[in-house]
Amino acid sequence: MGYTVFYLSAIVIVPLSMIFFNTIPMGWEPFLNAVTAPRVLASYRLSFSTAFFAAVVDAFAGLLTAWVLVRYRFPGKGVLDALVDLPFALPTAVAGICFATLYSPIGWFGQILARWNLQIINTPTGIVIALIFIGFPFVVRTIQPVLEEMELEIEEAAQCLGATRWQTFRKILLPHLFPALLTGVTLAFARGIGEYGSVIFIAGNLPMKTEIAPLMIMSKLDQFDYAGASAVALVLLCISFSMLLLLNAVQEWQQKEYRS
Amino acid sequence: MGIELRNISKTFGEYKAIDDISLNIASGELIALLGPSGCGKTTLLRIIAGLELADSGKIILESKDTTNLPPREKNVGFVFQHYALFRRLNVFDNVAFGLKVLPFRERPSRSEIRDRVEHLLKMVQMDWATKRYPSQLSGGQRQRVALARALAVNPKVLLLDEPFSALDAKVRQELRRWLRKLHDEIHVTSIFVTHDQEEALELADKIVVINKGRIEQQGSPQEVYDHPANAFVYNFLGNVNVFHGRIKNGKVSLGNHHLDAPDELKNIEEKPSQTFVRPHEIGISRLRSSETDLTGTIREIRLHGGQIGLNIECEGLDAPIEAEIPRELFVNLQLAKEVQVFVTINRVRVFTGDYEI
Repeated sequence: MGYTVFYLSAIVIVPLSMIFFNTIPMGWEPFLNAVTAPRVLASYRLSFSTAFFAAVVDAFAGLLTAWVLVRYRFPGKGVLDALVDLPFALPTAVAGICFATLYSPIGWFGQILARWNLQIINTPTGIVIALIFIGFPFVVRTIQPVLEEMELEIEEAAQCLGATRWQTFRKILLPHLFPALLTGVTLAFARGIGEYGSVIFIAGNLPMKTEIAPLMIMSKLDQFDYAGASAVALVLLCISFSMLLLLNAVQEWQQKEYRS
Repeated sequence: MGIELRNISKTFGEYKAIDDISLNIASGELIALLGPSGCGKTTLLRIIAGLELADSGKIILESKDTTNLPPREKNVGFVFQHYALFRRLNVFDNVAFGLKVLPFRERPSRSEIRDRVEHLLKMVQMDWATKRYPSQLSGGQRQRVALARALAVNPKVLLLDEPFSALDAKVRQELRRWLRKLHDEIHVTSIFVTHDQEEALELADKIVVINKGRIEQQGSPQEVYDHPANAFVYNFLGNVNVFHGRIKNGKVSLGNHHLDAPDELKNIEEKPSQTFVRPHEIGISRLRSSETDLTGTIREIRLHGGQIGLNIECEGLDAPIEAEIPRELFVNLQLAKEVQVFVTINRVRVFTGDYEI
């Protein structure tokens, strides 16, 4: 316990509290002005909504991938398994550049999409795509161990009792996987809010349209507006933290019933 | 007309799990599939349930060919070794599951479901636990809930895969008797798989002994125990002393000793033989009672409940004999380690041919 508290303080709480202390000298009025500027508000909205959509897509894609990795044997499975972690290892800027190239009007996907007048780059959709990539491993890696430890017998029991595959999934598997899924999605979501490197290359960073909150902080820093930057960061931190706290509470409530 | 299996075979890669098994099971019977682990008994059970597909053969369930039906259309109840209860559902919902997933037209009303589940839970003596979750129950309680769950859908046949093997000895005993009683009340055709001969002998109407994917023998517990068809069955059903020797001119050699061969083997000229003696068919005394008695020394004494197990080294035999005598006799004879005794072999079974255990 003491060790955990010390560790958390040293590597999480103390550095983060610097944001707080940097903001205090600013005073209330300039703080409010800084964080309620239309550009900043728009960036919050964008960051949270894109991170949310990306996390939802990751929930489905990650569940499916984890399923395939656990339940099926096929050649190249090891390679696929390793590929899942790639977004963790790759510098996010590299991912961003890859996406920007792929979806640019002359890129492979961009060319095809341009035929239907669809544009990905410089739009929120582009941001979502980048965040899906970044958040994906979180979902897969949290669900995988739960799926692995789940006995096949449980599914077989449901089948013998007359349940269809869908009923088995809906009534047995999903409730079982739900806590892990929620954790994975939360992690992906949290990561999506803070993601910077991969997004700025594909987003185009148009003020009011595709400027994400971390970028707002960076641009304030570029203008040597340290107090403003930490004000924006503080709000971002508070919202993220309360959302994580809320999700944790939901999980706790979910779990409580089944424990003896 | 219960279940009919016709020429079922199943291979996993190179390995022949089931080798041309045919079996008839009458309606309402309680059958034990008995065999060592890896003999194919569980695979056979899973094939009947549809959880595994046979490579060839037919399964007729109440005069309906169900060979290729998926498990959910077979209408069998399956009880798993490790219960396989739904952890996220409470006891009531576990049992109600099979009724709740019925298509809308066949599904009973809410109150009918409740009545049925409550009835079943009462029957398995778990009606006090409807709101509990599986993690809050002991192993024996879980298995009873699993049984109620399997019975909820009115299965044509109840399949139990080593249902008691994950429980401790005392609970296992208790549940065994209880299952026998339950079966006498509800008479659903049941097949259970076990590697425990005691369980099979105590519980089943009929025992099917399986080895290496084939049926070695089937019959009532009495028949199978008293008249084992071959060396494997004899050896598998209970403890046994085995003596390797030769059969020659109507005599079986037992180390340096010779016993009269059974009538059906009298005419054999000369063959390798195996002589089997059950530990409880061996008599022990301090005085020599006949010419054929063996002389031995007690090397080890073990307590088996009401019986005493003796390990006796006999003159002229290369391996020690295991004998089992009532505790009373043990006390009366004042037996102890290193005491000399005379050993009478009351009953032997002789099998010829090369058989490997």
